[in-house]
Order: sequence, then C-alpha cells, then structure tokens
Amino acid sequence: MVDSKHQWKAWIYLAPAIALLLVFTVWPIINTVRMAFLENYSGLKAAGGQAFAFGLGNFTKVIEYRRFVSCLKNTVLLCVWTVPISTVLALLIAVSLNAIRPLQRTLQTIFFLPYVTNSIAIGMVFAAMFNIVGSFYGTENEIVVTAGIINNIIEFFGGEPVNWINYGSTYTANLTVMIVYIVWNALPFKILVLLGGLQSINKQYYEAARVDGTPRWRVLTRITVPLLSPMLAYVIITSFIDGFKEYTSIVGIFGENMGPPDDAGRLNTMVGFIYDSLSTNSQGRASAAALILFAIILVVTLVNLRISKKRVHY
Amino acid sequence: MSKETIVPMRARDMRRQSLHQKAGRAVYLLAVYAFLLLMAAIVLFPFYWMLISSLKTLEEYRMSTPTFWPQRIMLGNYVTAFTTANLGRLFLNTMIVGVVSTLLSLVITILTAFAFARLEFKGKELLFAALLATMMIPGELFTITNYSTVTTLGWRNTYTVLIVPFLVSVFYIYLLRQNFLQIPNELYLAAKVDGTSDLKYLWKVMIPLSLPTLISITILKMMGAWNSYIWPRLVANDEAHRMITNGLRNAFTETTGDVNYPVQMAAVALVSAPLFLVFIFLRKYIMSGVSRSGIKG
Repeated sequence: MVDSKHQWKAWIYLAPAIALLLVFTVWPIINTVRMAFLENYSGLKAAGGQAFAFGLGNFTKVIEYRRFVSCLKNTVLLCVWTVPISTVLALLIAVSLNAIRPLQRTLQTIFFLPYVTNSIAIGMVFAAMFNIVGSFYGTENEIVVTAGIINNIIEFFGGEPVNWINYGSTYTANLTVMIVYIVWNALPFKILVLLGGLQSINKQYYEAARVDGTPRWRVLTRITVPLLSPMLAYVIITSFIDGFKEYTSIVGIFGENMGPPDDAGRLNTMVGFIYDSLSTNSQGRASAAALILFAIILVVTLVNLRISKKRVHY
Repeated sequence: MSKETIVPMRARDMRRQSLHQKAGRAVYLLAVYAFLLLMAAIVLFPFYWMLISSLKTLEEYRMSTPTFWPQRIMLGNYVTAFTTANLGRLFLNTMIVGVVSTLLSLVITILTAFAFARLEFKGKELLFAALLATMMIPGELFTITNYSTVTTLGWRNTYTVLIVPFLVSVFYIYLLRQNFLQIPNELYLAAKVDGTSDLKYLWKVMIPLSLPTLISITILKMMGAWNSYIWPRLVANDEAHRMITNGLRNAFTETTGDVNYPVQMAAVALVSAPLFLVFIFLRKYIMSGVSRSGIKG
C-alpha cells in the first residue's frame, strides 16, 4: 500500500518516543534484573569500582528480612480488605444510581469527587478526622483536649472512643483507618466504570424479568452481575494491581513515619520497602523486592484472569 | 368455569397486583435514594470537614463539643497557610512542570500514535505489542534505575528530571492510536493523492477529529503533575524545584498529636482547589478519560 522506501519516515515519527523508552523503560528493565542478581549490589560501591558476585543473595535476604515480611503482610491485608469492600459498595451505588432519574447526574458527580483529589492532601484531612485533638505528640502522658470528630460521632451513637492513629494505638485501629481511606479513594473509578457498564446493558433483559415478576435481588444476582461481569473483572483486576502498589495513601495519613508515633514503619508496604532500600543505596535489594512485587502482581492478575475466564459472560 | 367469570377476576387481580407493584416500587425507590444520599454524605464529609475546619480558630477547633459551622470565620488561616508552606513557589513549580511536560508529551504521543495508526513499517505489530507489555510492569521497577540514571546525568534538582523521564506514556499512545484508527483510511489516501504531506494531514484532519481524546490526555497529565509525590521527593526535593504535593507534606510533617489543624486544612483546601475548578469545567473529558484508563496520577 505504502511505498516501502518510505519506511524511514515512520521511524522519524517514532524516534523521540523510542529514544526515551530505551533510556527510561528498556534499560531499567535490563538493569533491574542485573542488579537483583548481583549479591549486595550497591550503586555507591559500584561507582567505587567494586565487583559483585552473581547469585540469589538479594532475594533470600529480602525474604528473610522481618521488615519485608511485615510490609508484605500490610500490603496483602489492605488488598484483601479494600478490594471486596470497595467493589461491592461501588456495585451497589452504581446499581442504585442506574435505578433513579432525578438527581442522578448530581449524585454521579458527587461520587466522582474523591477521584479529583490529591491522596496526600486528603489523607491529611482523614488524619485530622481520626486524630485525638490536642494531645501531645509522641509521649505517653497525652493530654486529650478533644476526642476528634470521628470519636465524637462514635460517642454520639453511644460507643467508646478509639485511639485510631495516635501514640499507643493498635495495629487493628491503624489498619481500619487505612481501609476506610483507601475504600473512599477507590470508589469513584469503580462507580464510573460499573455505571458505564450498566447503562450499556440491553433494557430488554429487565423488561423480561419484570414480566416474569422476578424479585429484585434475583435480578441483581442473575441478570445484572453476570452481564456486568466483564466490567467487574476489569475493576477487580485493576484494584488488585493498585492495591499491591499502595504507598501514598499511607504517607497521607501517617506521614513519612509510616506508622503511629511510637511504632515507625508499622504500616509500611512493598513499595515503601523498595524506596527505603533505594534511599540506603541498596539497589540490589530494592531490585529484588521490585521483581518480587512484579511477580506477585503478575500471578494475582493471571489468577484473576483465569477465574474471570470461567465466570465472565461476554 | 365460564368465560364471563374468569375475565373480571383477572382484571381485578391485575389491578391489585399493579397497585402492589406501585407501592413496592415506591418503597424500593425510597430505599435507593436513602442509601445514595447516605453514601453521598459520607463521600462529601471529609471535604466539608476540611472547609469548616480551615475557617475555625484553633480554640474553636479544639472545643470538646465540635461545632459544625465556624463561630468566627478565620480567613487569616489561608494567609498563614500560604506563607508557611511557601505555596506560591510550589504552585509555580508545579505549573511549569505540568505545562511543559503536557505539551511535550502531547507532541510525542501524537507522532507515535500516528506512526502506529497510519504508517507502514517492518515490525510494527511486534513493536506495538512490546510497548503494551511494558504497561504491566510496576513503575517502581523503573524508578530504581532511573534514579541512578538521572543522578549520572546530573539532572538532580532540576525541572528536567521532573519532566523528561515521564514524557512517553504507552497508555496515551494506545488511547490515541485507537482514536486515529477510527478515522477512515480513505481520507488519508485521498489526501495522499492530493499531495498533502503527512504532517499537514495530521494537523488538519486527525488532530481536530481526536480533540476529545487529546483533551482527556491533557487533563490526566496535568492531574498527574499535581499529584505526583514519590519521584519528585526522590530527585528534586530542593526549595527551588519542589512540587506541590511534596511541599505540602514537607510543610506539615506531623499528622497526629498537637497540630494546628485549621492552618493545615487551609493549606489542603488551597492545594485541592485548582483540581476541583478543573473538574467543574471539564467534567465530561475527565470522566471519559478516566473510565478508559484506571490510572491515577
């Protein structure tokens, strides 16, 4: 169709992208694998002319590292809690939005708002809401002036106030705050995609169900969910991938401390571990951890695809 | 049973049933609205709390019974926040990085997408598949090496380091290529016959026809600059080049304990405001762009 002599023209169009990709995408892939398999590789020592032995040392070290295990545990726990909660909530909200006419667009806009925010900035708002106000930072004898708005609400409904994120707070309380914040943050994208999917479902299915007098719950489980399954699969896979890369939302709430004042790093994640290794110039360990993270994401995605192949109705 | 008795019974039944259905539908709709309004209130609450807290005095914020509307409006918090966090400089830095990287990124994306959509060359499919495959790799994997690369290049603490490494987005190329492919090839061939150059065709036909996608890309890219945190903190954390998110976190390091929350919330509100303004005016493009991407920042 097009003269093959003009092939060089295409390469001119591609040149800027390819040049940048070679430097900032292809080379990093090769280099990361290389550094991961060089024992104790450090950029600083490499610059000093030191040679490194080939081996699996970085991987075994990372896995044996107690901090890494805790980072992995935090990441997995956050994923396991936030993905189902946010998906079910988003599905219910999307189905409800699809069922109404007046106010639909206004509500749709409201539900999208958390997306257009900065996760560090709004994390600071959540921290303020869960915080016990007026207590002294990082000491045991805290002087509580105000319980904080979330605790005020809990007390209003007759509950006991909880030490969510302050000095001496429990891991469960910290994790709960993170789950609430991550779910809040994850809803907009899911609602948007699911509502888009719902609006493209043929109305005839619902009319048939109405003629048959099918109960609403069965309509949801037997018609809506199966027909929406491609969108659901997409939403679940992307949120698992995002979940395994969780990092900034924790910085938003806890700051760079990545935990309550008395236990720094308690809520650190896989990505946090990689950056910590990088900042101590342990590129070998950082690379090994990054490859482990990639492997986990790949496996989880493949498992998800496998399941959705069986369950998804296209 | 005779026919005459059946018909009226059926009609009565149907009437009763439709009444029943109507009542059921009303209850259902009521429940749906109640659920949606409750969820909307939960979604909006942090924004509301941010705004009213930012207008309170510290004394009022700390009162043991919370107030849901400030007794005395303290606009001064915003002034304090603006100066403490040096927000002016942060806004400027973020705008420079955002605008320059968006413009360059658009040029590169358009050229690449055009080559993949319209031009013929050896290994096109293979190259495109390879590009898409890189999308699966988590960004952290690139960061480790890129950090060394930019250090070697002497780019630390410059605008360049915040712009150049992220100019190529495979996802944007993919998005725009799909858009370009929808434009009929006949148009291109006709233009060729007329002797129109590729660049002119790209400029006069393809870009105008793909404007919505290009606008979506622009907004997402700008939002990305606004929200980026990890990379800027790593490579350009000096006063002169620090970006907004990083600067906000730096200016208010303490999240728990005895914090001047009204000022902190004012700073958060100032940082969030531009994104909201953009969202209000360009809602359609943001939502259509996001629904196809699933990326944040």
